[in-house]
This record gives sequence, structure tokens and C-alpha cells, in this order.
Amino acid sequence: MEIQDIWRPFKDRKIAEKVAQKINYIASQLEKKGFDKIKIMHVCGTHEHTITYYGIRTLLPPNVEVIAGPGCPVCTVPAREIDEAIKLAKSGIKVFTYGDMYRVPGSYESLSQAKAKGADVTVVYSFLDAVNLAKKTNKDTVFFGVGFETTAPTAASFIVTNRVPKNLYILMSYRITVPAVEYILEADHDLNGIICPGHVSTIIGAGAWSFIAEKYGLPTVVAGFEPIDILLAVHEILNQLYTGKIRIVNEYRRVVKWEGNLTAKAYLEEAFYVADRDWRGIGIIPKSGWLLREKYEHLDARKRFGVHVEKGLDIKGDCKCAEIILGRATPVDCPYFGKSCTPQHPIGPCMVSSEGTCSIWYKYGGHLIQKLQRTKYE
Amino acid sequence: MRGMGNEYIVLAHGAGGRESEQLIKQIFNIVRLRKVNNGIGLDEFDDGALIPLRTNFVVSMDSYTVDPIFFPGGDIGKLAAAGSINDVAVMGAEPFAALDSIVVEEGFPIRDLRKVINSMVKVFEFENVALISGDFKVMPREKVDKIIITTVVLGRLDNPSQIFLDSNVKPGDKIIVTGPVGDHGAVITALRMGIEAEIGELKSDCQPVTPIMRIAKHVGGVHAAKDPTRGGLAMALNEFAGKSNVAIFIDEDLIPIREEVRALSDMLGIDPLALACEGRVVLSVDPNYADDLLSSLRKNGFSEATIVGEAKDDHEWNGFVILKTEAGGLRILEKPTGELTPRIC
Repeated sequence: MEIQDIWRPFKDRKIAEKVAQKINYIASQLEKKGFDKIKIMHVCGTHEHTITYYGIRTLLPPNVEVIAGPGCPVCTVPAREIDEAIKLAKSGIKVFTYGDMYRVPGSYESLSQAKAKGADVTVVYSFLDAVNLAKKTNKDTVFFGVGFETTAPTAASFIVTNRVPKNLYILMSYRITVPAVEYILEADHDLNGIICPGHVSTIIGAGAWSFIAEKYGLPTVVAGFEPIDILLAVHEILNQLYTGKIRIVNEYRRVVKWEGNLTAKAYLEEAFYVADRDWRGIGIIPKSGWLLREKYEHLDARKRFGVHVEKGLDIKGDCKCAEIILGRATPVDCPYFGKSCTPQHPIGPCMVSSEGTCSIWYKYGGHLIQKLQRTKYE
Repeated sequence: MRGMGNEYIVLAHGAGGRESEQLIKQIFNIVRLRKVNNGIGLDEFDDGALIPLRTNFVVSMDSYTVDPIFFPGGDIGKLAAAGSINDVAVMGAEPFAALDSIVVEEGFPIRDLRKVINSMVKVFEFENVALISGDFKVMPREKVDKIIITTVVLGRLDNPSQIFLDSNVKPGDKIIVTGPVGDHGAVITALRMGIEAEIGELKSDCQPVTPIMRIAKHVGGVHAAKDPTRGGLAMALNEFAGKSNVAIFIDEDLIPIREEVRALSDMLGIDPLALACEGRVVLSVDPNYADDLLSSLRKNGFSEATIVGEAKDDHEWNGFVILKTEAGGLRILEKPTGELTPRIC
């Protein structure tokens, strides 16, 4: 069996159309029960990519809406922390960053703009790249540690197993998705169901999301990244709404376990502690980020180089990135989208990252979705 | 050239003196078609060439910088010849003459130079295109990456009303793709990402499209033609839709894409529709001719040619390309943005 045989059926048009038919049927039954608008939020940039790239929204009935929530890791990093990375890179320290973060604007400029003016910035694909490159230089180096539960364990494993070179430090900017979802559900919201992220769940386990069904009474599905994964998740959520039997379902069982990756979780627990952290344009979300435990403080770039930016400029003008991350707006609600804000000239982080909702909508025409939903292909 | 097997390019080879003359004469002695009609050409080694003609002609120029310069299915020389021939051919013209300009890095192995020039000359000769003039320069080490080849190709257009312009797509036209898309882009991207192992049997589709265009002209009904190079099928279709102000509806399930290209695209998270082809044509064809053209293409070696969609006059979507995706949903097929892989051709 070839690897593509596993995922190819999850793109099959006939199956997709069948699931879509079932979704349309349940949605019409739900409408009769008074569900004029069913709003489902997902929490993953890759889900948004799948949904927009495969035109999933055009397969859904008018009373079912799927929106993007906090699923773009680099979009959540406050400008203040990007400013810190830039400060380090300008002071002669070599800063390693993921490509996705490279062009995200800080308060005044991005790492890429700083590099053009002479700052020492290198794009890496992983923490391992940073380790290998640090070994090749005598300079002090800093890894800009951004990301969710998916990227943090790699750094943690190097830290715990004592494999971080002496000249490599970490600028800790990791964020945790679960508290962000809780933050959204604690506030006023009009959500009817949550699609949980497959990659994050691979690490933390499907069980980490059971509170959504238990505490907030919302249908909850951990889903994979092919179009039919998403359609099955939507179907399951509608079905739960119809039957009233609210629970968590792991649709992505081919990858995600209930308890997650225990090794990765142990590394995270050993290397980091959970702290209240601020999210770009949103403010403090309790227990939503990781910082280095005392034992590993010597790796902390902020402490080692005394870099600290107190306040940054997260949101420029009427940019709607923060609302988009919280699932309270879509890119078309933003006055800049596709006009002054494009991937070539991004104003907010959501237009930069490949996981940012604005960037995805811009690339695949997501902003014309309503017109597309009315269009028939004959 | 005997004895040059292990030699390297030095700056003197590009200085225009004795060494230049000797190298160029030796390397280009393989060119057999050296002039057009009774004009002035390569033999004279003059400042330019003379083309005695009484017709319209189409001309196109391109620089080739592909990295790596040797790849499965071709090399920079083959690409430089086929690429410019194709630009002229898809306009509806019959290529007949070429000029080249080569910039080589000091230290470049002469054996490799010979290989790429051989590939280039072989394509020109097979296509009956005379190489009539050119230039050769050497740049110091690290001032240029190995080699850059620029080619100019000229083509005859005996009937100027039969030129194929991007702006001439008509509502109702069927859109034909002449073979699997994305092969060249996938091969180069995989090589550049260091995942050669994933390429398998896949080769670049780099080749002249002149046979396709001759069939197209013979059957008739073609309104527009384009070779989907950088930006892939996505860019080519957007050019059609934008310049002709029509809506183009495409069914993704009908687009021929090789399994290896799909797997590579899935793995790298790239859209196969944005991957370059170097030997395919997208044709916009009068619906009354489309089936005939398709069967002619299929009978003559282009067995995977397919009708993938059609152009419509739709006031809501004129200028757009609408894609019915693999999963059956609809999305806009936008022009690709950003650098997918630089230096693919």
C-alpha cells in the first residue's frame, strides 16, 4: 500500500458529495427545529486551508457556517516579542526564525525588513536546524520559539536531553491553544460546535478537548485535514445537535490518540511551566503559554541578553486580525483586506502566515465565497 | 575540442580574444543550420545576422537560469532551446531561427558547457531552427551561478490573422490541456528541496510543443494557445480569463496530473496547478472543433490530452477562473503569489 492510498479516499468527490447530501438533509431538519444559523468554529490554520482550498463552504447549506478561530501560531505572537527578536538580531546576535514568522510585522518592522538593514536573521525549518547552525558559529545565537503544542515539544526534547549548544538561547513565545478556546467560550459567543485541530491533538490527545462538550455543552470533533475529514466533522456536529447527545468524537483516529503523545507531553512538562501570556491584539489569556523552568533559565534569551520590550503596537489602524483570530470576524470584515493589505504588503499577521486566514482567503478567493455559494457549475 | 575534457572556463574565454574565438568556434562547430536562406549567419562570425524575408514574424526572448542545470528529462540547454521555441509556437508561428547569449561562471567545466550546448543545438536542429548569431561571456567566480543562457527565437507567421492571442478566448470555447501538468515544476522543486528519492520515474516534460501546434493549426478552431510555464496552469488560465474578459470554469478532476506530482505536491503543500510545465499547451478551442482536435492529438502521441473545462460569458465571473475542486466544492483559481520555487527555468 502506498502512503497516498491512505489519504486519497478522503478527497474522493463521490464520497464528499454523499456526506454533503447528508449534511444538507440534517441541516434542513435542524432548521425546522429553529436552527436558522449554525456556527461551527475550527481552531487550525491547516483546517482553514483545507476548507477554502477545496471549496468546502460551497458544499454546505446556507444555515451552516464554518469559521476560523485561533489556529495561526505566528498570528498570536504579540508585536512586543517580535520587537525583542529584532532587537537581538540588530545587536549582533544571530536570530533563527521560522519562515512563517520572518515577514510578520512587529511594531515598526518585520524580521525580514530588519535583515535588509543588516540585522542577523536566518530562516530555519526546525529547532534541529538552529542547533546545527549554532554549532557552526562562535557567535551567540537565539531561536525564536513560536508555535503551539505542535512545535514546542521539539525544543523541549533538546532542552531536557541537554543537546542545546552553549551558544544557542531561546526567545520563548510558545502559546497553548486549549486555553484560547476556553477564553472564547467563556466570553459571549454564538457557536454551536467546535472542530478541534488534528496536529495539536496528536500531541495533547483528543481527551484534552472533552471539556468543550462537558462544560460548555458544545458538540466537539477532533478532525483530520482532508476535505472529507472536515465534512464528516460538520456532519457529526449537526447530528449531535439534532439528537441532543453532545459529546467529543475523535474523527482523526488514524493519527490522534485519546491520551496524545505521552513522550512529547513529558518533555513539555519537564522543560516548561505554564504561564499567563498575552496574545496579539487580544490581551492576557490565563495559562496560555510556556516559559522555561528555573532549571533551564540559563537558556532564556531574555535573561541572558537582558532584552525586554514592555509594550508593542499589535494592531495597526482598523486591522481586524485579533477579531479574526477569535472567530468574531472574517477577512471581508476588514477594510484593508485585498486593498492596502496583501501578502506582498501585509498590515497584520493574518495576511503573512500560510496559516493566517487572510492569507488563505487571498490566495484562494475565500472572500468571494458568498458569490460562489450562489454559483452553479454545470 | 579534444583534450578539453577536464578543462575549466577561465576569464580569458570571455575576453573576446583568441581564447574566446577558439572556444566558441570549437563548441559551436556542431551547429549545422547556420543561416536563414541566403542570409548572413554563424559562419561569417560577424556582428549580426541577416534574414532575407518577406513575411510577418513572431519573436520571443527568454533567459534561462534553472538550478540544478541538469535534471531528469533535460538540462538548461534543452530548456533554453525548447522554451523560446514554445513561446513562438504557441503564438501560431513556425520557428525558423534562433540567437543565443551565454554567460558562464569562471571555473565551469568545459565538459558540462559542451553537454548543455549539445542539448540546445540538438533541439534547434531537430526543429529545423537555424542558430544564426550569438554571444558568449565569462563572469568571475561567484558573480554568476554556473551558467545563464538567453535565447531569441523567430517564427514565421504566414497568415497574420491566424495568430493565437491570450485575449482571443471566446465564450463557449472548450479548454484543452495537452498532457499531465506540473511535471517540470515538481521535478525541479523536489531536487531543490533535496528529496530526489521522491521523484521516482518522474521527468521534466521539457520539449518543443511544435508538433502540438501543427496539429492544432491543421484541425483549426483554435482561438488561443499558451504554454503554462512559470505560474503553471493556474497562471495560464487566469491570463486567458483576464485578457479575454471571460469566465473560465474548470473541473479539477479532469485535469491530468501524474500520481508522482500529486504525491510531491501533497507532501510539500504546494498546488500542482501552480507548478510549471515546459512541454504542454493550454488551448482554447471553438466547441465545434474541440472533439476533432482532441482525437487528433490523442492519435498523434498526446494520449493524455483532455478537455478540462470551458469559457463562458458570465457577468458575475468574467475575468475569473472558477475551479470545481477534487472534493466537489467551488473555489476561485487565483494567480499564484509569492515565490514557489525560484529559478525553475
